[in-house]
Amino acid sequence: MPPRIQIISILICIFLVAYVFELVRRKHLSEEYSMGWLVTGTLMLILSVSDDAIRWVSGLVGATLFTSTLFFFGLLFLMIICLHFSIRISALTQQVRTLTQHVGILDHEKKILEKKIHQPPWQTGTSNLEQI
Amino acid sequence: MKTLSYQTFKPQAQPQNESVVIQMDDVAETFSSQEPLTNPPKTLIIIPAYNEEKNIGAVLEGIQKISPGLPILVINDGSSDNTEKVVLEHNAEVISLPYNSGYGIALQTGFLYAVKNNFSIVVQMDSDGQHDPANIKDLIEEVKKDSCDVVIGSRFLSKDSYKSSLARHAGMLLFGSIASLLCGQKVTDPTSGFQALKGSAIQFAASDNYPPDYPDADFIILMNRCGFRVKEIPVTMHASPVKESMHHGHKTIYYVFKMFLSIFVTLLRKSSKR
Repeated sequence: MPPRIQIISILICIFLVAYVFELVRRKHLSEEYSMGWLVTGTLMLILSVSDDAIRWVSGLVGATLFTSTLFFFGLLFLMIICLHFSIRISALTQQVRTLTQHVGILDHEKKILEKKIHQPPWQTGTSNLEQI
Repeated sequence: MKTLSYQTFKPQAQPQNESVVIQMDDVAETFSSQEPLTNPPKTLIIIPAYNEEKNIGAVLEGIQKISPGLPILVINDGSSDNTEKVVLEHNAEVISLPYNSGYGIALQTGFLYAVKNNFSIVVQMDSDGQHDPANIKDLIEEVKKDSCDVVIGSRFLSKDSYKSSLARHAGMLLFGSIASLLCGQKVTDPTSGFQALKGSAIQFAASDNYPPDYPDADFIILMNRCGFRVKEIPVTMHASPVKESMHHGHKTIYYVFKMFLSIFVTLLRKSSKR
């Protein structure tokens, strides 16, 4: 691998790993979400540092250029991270939907109770739903 | 091969924030369609509404005129106009969602409410005046019978032919044909939002199995596969006063894609059972 791209790649990986650690330390990134980035950064760092590793992996995937192997795995890791995010977003969306529905129902019940509390005792009128 | 399964919501059996993974085989059993109706059956009309201050009043008046005393619940789906105020002026109940969540979510809120309050029959209808309140009684009478759990009001079984755009008609025909094929019975109007459900079918609609955006042909197929009996009856549908369908613009593409995907995965889940 050309030394220049090797150095740039190593620097980027070190920066990525260090920055992710810093984000976790500052609590800007949760441990759960940092894992994907740390694994990606570490594996890319190993591929960038070790000539033997990148040669072996390039032979495995059939890449003629070592830089292609780096790009290939960089993209692969990003795809995995994006898919993981899509799964998490889907779960969060479902949770927000359920919360929205329950907030709506609870708010409705709260209004009915408030109405009952503020109603004078001689007024015993009830809502349509309660009459049934 | 790993068996795929449905996430099922059990409102009575456990805390509501937890969902349980159960096998496809268990679905029909869990939501047993043989569940007896309460006597007399508690009936609720649910109407999802988004910015419908102009139409909702007339819809509520129409229902109250034809079926007086029938409880009506409007789910105000984050409207920015006076929909909530108009509903309250007409002495109907209203649940206001904090923001616009979409038709399916609003509708399912109504089903959740019905399950929570032990309603045994739920009639769902649209807020734009498209559905004729005169047909509510027909839906209720039909769903009370032992022969079905879900009754769909079909505009195409009616003598008055419903006018719609060519693309919309083609979509209805396509998904109606797919649903007919997969359900083994004629489904003429899978997009109809004028339906009546009873007992366990309401619980099923309140569960995680319910499609969150556009409950459509996919849900009819799912209901059929899970052992619920679906029946169509003719209803009158008027043209919506302000016509902008849920399925317009880029949403049409998403709708078609979503429907195909949803039907496909429903079939995959079914095949995993064997």
